[in-house]
Amino acid sequence: MTESTWTRKDLLGIAQLEPSEIELILDSAQTFLEVARRPIKKVPTLRGKTVVNLFFEPSTRTRSSFEIAEKRLSADSLNFSSSSSALVKGETLIDTALNLQAMAPDLVVIRHGHPGVPQMLAERIEAGVINAGDGAHEHPTQALLDALTIRQHKGRLAGLTVAIIGDIEHSRVVRSNIHLLTKMGATVRVAGPRTMMPAFVERLGVEVAYTLEEAIAGADVVMMLRIQLERQGKKLFPSVREYFQLFGLTRERLKAARRGAIVMHPGPMNRGVEIASDVADGSSSVILEQVANGVAVRMAVLYLLSGMHREAA
Amino acid sequence: MGTNLKPKKSLLDGKQMERVIRRMANQLVERNRGSKELVLVGIRTRGVPLAELLAADLERLEGHSVPLGILDITLYRDDLSTIAPQPVVRETSFPDGSIDGRVLVLCDDVLYTGRTIRAALDALIDFGRPRAVQLAVLIDRGHRELPIQADVVGRTVATSGDEVIEVRFAATDGDDGVDLLERVEAS
Repeated sequence: MTESTWTRKDLLGIAQLEPSEIELILDSAQTFLEVARRPIKKVPTLRGKTVVNLFFEPSTRTRSSFEIAEKRLSADSLNFSSSSSALVKGETLIDTALNLQAMAPDLVVIRHGHPGVPQMLAERIEAGVINAGDGAHEHPTQALLDALTIRQHKGRLAGLTVAIIGDIEHSRVVRSNIHLLTKMGATVRVAGPRTMMPAFVERLGVEVAYTLEEAIAGADVVMMLRIQLERQGKKLFPSVREYFQLFGLTRERLKAARRGAIVMHPGPMNRGVEIASDVADGSSSVILEQVANGVAVRMAVLYLLSGMHREAA
Repeated sequence: MGTNLKPKKSLLDGKQMERVIRRMANQLVERNRGSKELVLVGIRTRGVPLAELLAADLERLEGHSVPLGILDITLYRDDLSTIAPQPVVRETSFPDGSIDGRVLVLCDDVLYTGRTIRAALDALIDFGRPRAVQLAVLIDRGHRELPIQADVVGRTVATSGDEVIEVRFAATDGDDGVDLLERVEAS
């Protein structure tokens, strides 16, 4: 059992967290899962607290996951999305932050296309800031929910081999996952087309493979990333069909993984591009558990941070 | 700076504590004409070993086991906005899920301000509609801040505000016993 306490005002990324802090979040999230099984799925913990969800990039899944988490903790939440925000009317980000501060929220959940925006905001407002994805930098709650899912199936993180396959270069999910898994003692192996592999990626402490087979061999966890078809204009790979042939996860290929390996995907998935339908719906897939765990992880983060913003005030 | 705790006197040793808990079990049976309908619910942390000991005594007395639940009241505390950092949340569990129509006996080691019990009652209501809720505590030390009282009390102790009751259970602390401690300024 964790005996550590949470002392940060913000959750900006996994990079700055200690292993004990990661464990505290995961242990708390495991507890919050129970709330979802109750007849009344709501606890009064954040009654009277205001949470602002500030989404400068389209998001359905992460935003609704945060919203459900906020509602289950009885917080009052307020949504700003890129379409309705003043940002499109020419307001600078700093002015948006100051305006937000004037409304005195307790927590701000932010997603932005540019890395570092959550940190900039955190330095300027008293409210606790939760990074819900900033460019290709970090997406800490996704890595935490992935870790919780792995821990539920494998009982631990240390000593496991996790293969992550897809667009490594443009993925914030990968970055947060690499930080988290290596901190917790797991081995991370990444694979993808060379055009989607960042230079010097091995400096992050991961093994690099250039074929799917090589990456999957003996892995305990196979994590498939979403191919952003909307980026296809950049021509990072010749065709969707070729991508599937080289890097798509099929039942046959999955056999190379360790017995009992689990298959994960952060969603939304492209069936027939990075993952075959029978794998996505198969017995190894834990994709829908990831979604359920996402709500619990976000409840844990909201709960832990809500105790700290006063310190900074 | 800060305060230290200094032992003042022993209130119950292991043997006495065992007898007190056995008497509490007897009182529960008497109040409820048996223990068939009861579910014991231990409030984390030290209500849990108390509930376990009471359940073992009830089984010895009545010849059948009594279901046990565990309640974590962290999410219902009324002081969350005044303390930092947040306390660690732990799991709540009830036997076979539903508490509807059951007679619940909340168990806790020390009854003091009554705020823990207030939180526990709020939590219980979110899980269902018990037929009745009773309260069993090992030590009642007075100084209530809410209109709450126990149905079964092991020992009533007159205390002052700068005193602390320390309850130890073999299961969580290595040995059984209750001590009265005093807060003293650290030099």
